[in-house]
Amino acid sequence: MDIRELQGYASFFMTILLVGVLYWYIIYLYRSEKKGEKDYEKLGNIALDDEIDSTPINTSDPVSDEKKERNK
Amino acid sequence: MQSNAALEYDYSVAKLFTYTTILFGFLGMLIGTLIAAQLAFPDLNYLLGEYGTFSRLRPLHTNIVIFGFTLSGVFATFYYSAQRVLKVSMAESKFIMFIGKLHFWLYFVGALIGVITLLLGYTQAKEYAQFEWPVDIAIVIVWVLWGVAMFALIGIRREKALYISMWYYIACFLGVAMLYLFNNMSVPTYFTSGGVGSIMHSVSMYSGTNDALVQWWYGHNAVAFGFTVPIVAMIYYFLPKESGQAVYSYKLSLLSFWGLMFVYLWAGSHHLLWSTVPDWMQTMGSVFSIVLILPSWGSAINMLLTMKGEWNQLTENPLIKFMVLASTFYMLSTLEGPIQAIKSVNAIAHFTDWIPGHVHDGVLGWVVFMIMAALFHMAPRMFKREIYSKKLLEAQFWLQTTAVVLYFTSMWIAGITQGMMWRAVDEYGNLMYSFIDTVTVLHPYYAIRALSGVMYLTGFLMFAYNMIKTMSSSRELTEEPQFRSPMA
Repeated sequence: MDIRELQGYASFFMTILLVGVLYWYIIYLYRSEKKGEKDYEKLGNIALDDEIDSTPINTSDPVSDEKKERNK
Repeated sequence: MQSNAALEYDYSVAKLFTYTTILFGFLGMLIGTLIAAQLAFPDLNYLLGEYGTFSRLRPLHTNIVIFGFTLSGVFATFYYSAQRVLKVSMAESKFIMFIGKLHFWLYFVGALIGVITLLLGYTQAKEYAQFEWPVDIAIVIVWVLWGVAMFALIGIRREKALYISMWYYIACFLGVAMLYLFNNMSVPTYFTSGGVGSIMHSVSMYSGTNDALVQWWYGHNAVAFGFTVPIVAMIYYFLPKESGQAVYSYKLSLLSFWGLMFVYLWAGSHHLLWSTVPDWMQTMGSVFSIVLILPSWGSAINMLLTMKGEWNQLTENPLIKFMVLASTFYMLSTLEGPIQAIKSVNAIAHFTDWIPGHVHDGVLGWVVFMIMAALFHMAPRMFKREIYSKKLLEAQFWLQTTAVVLYFTSMWIAGITQGMMWRAVDEYGNLMYSFIDTVTVLHPYYAIRALSGVMYLTGFLMFAYNMIKTMSSSRELTEEPQFRSPMA
């Protein structure tokens, strides 16, 4: 197999892989929100409520929020 | 830990960069207008001896608007908005304040040296990478300082989730760092010629086609990570904040971000269509340029949808007008670019005036509009005064919008005319026109472009006047506005 053929295969499978990753990411975003693991749309409020003394919007990741509660 | 009661955001570095944005914006656009006039009226080349010729001034124009105006705007908005979305003040860390100020002063001195060396004719002769190696080293140091300030601020943040704007600023930092280093690898000719050459003149470490490929990998992505990514960072913060509407879809913003990051870096070879670089690489550049429409429009549509149900603000608030038009011009130029990257279209467009036409609907309509709107939004918060004049703002908007339209329409016509004339052959296959024939035909369009330059520059002066009056003599505010910026 010469270098040009190799480049061709590499390019084809790379494209398939990257398209796969992109679709996986879309599914991941929606699924994690549906399961209640994340609330991405809440993060949009970071720009609106941006006073230095306002409560951080933080992530809605229940695991990390729980940890934070415990550490208080 | 100290109490947060009296803590305030510290805008001292953001203010300094605001001043240089205005200064370099004026200088860069003044030179741009002069060289546009030189193309229409060549006698204007002889005003200042060697220092006033088109070839000497053109790199000054591009470098001042890129590294002077735009980067100052990027740094100003970063030092303003990063504190706010991370909910941490620069005043909380002496180290960050020191780095921020050092960043500004080294940047300012470096920029002045850059301007002087270009004016004196020191150049690497690579587009947008003209600075010689000592200036390159200064730029690397300044860039690293920005990175230190950025990650130090992120390190002490209260808001754990990084807002989408921060992702874009980080991408700008990393992207430019990588591109700038690789494309500016050069050796002074003194060392390569046994002492005959000059210390101050260097040549690229790459040669021929490889040099061209690295150059346009850099050149196109300088547009990506200098003119697109940080400006998207701005609009994701300033449009929601000014309108009081959260971004329409945060998920779409994340998807567009990763899409842009994956795709943009592969599109640069479209600058080398029909040249001696490998054919597959040219095709790849075309394909990735077309795919690039998706993430670009993802962000732009997200911004327009953020205004859903609030379109009345477009008529009431000139800053919303600036930002919505910026977003629209972003859509226009990110559709136009891929069209030009199609091989058959490029056969007509390549080397013609359609290309600067495309560049300028992007930079004048998108980059400059967004930076000016961002600074207008920041001014009442930084200087605790309302914006000096709404009427002036409105007049500036319409003057500059007309100027952009005149610029790109004249260059569309000029470019396509030029492309067609260069290709035209008679029945025997001989070229029908010589180069000077095209120049004669294009003269009116060059004159229109120069006029649009004068109009845009006048608009920029109105912006500068409005900003200076806002800083110095506008009505003082007792409390910080939450969303809409107050104006007289």
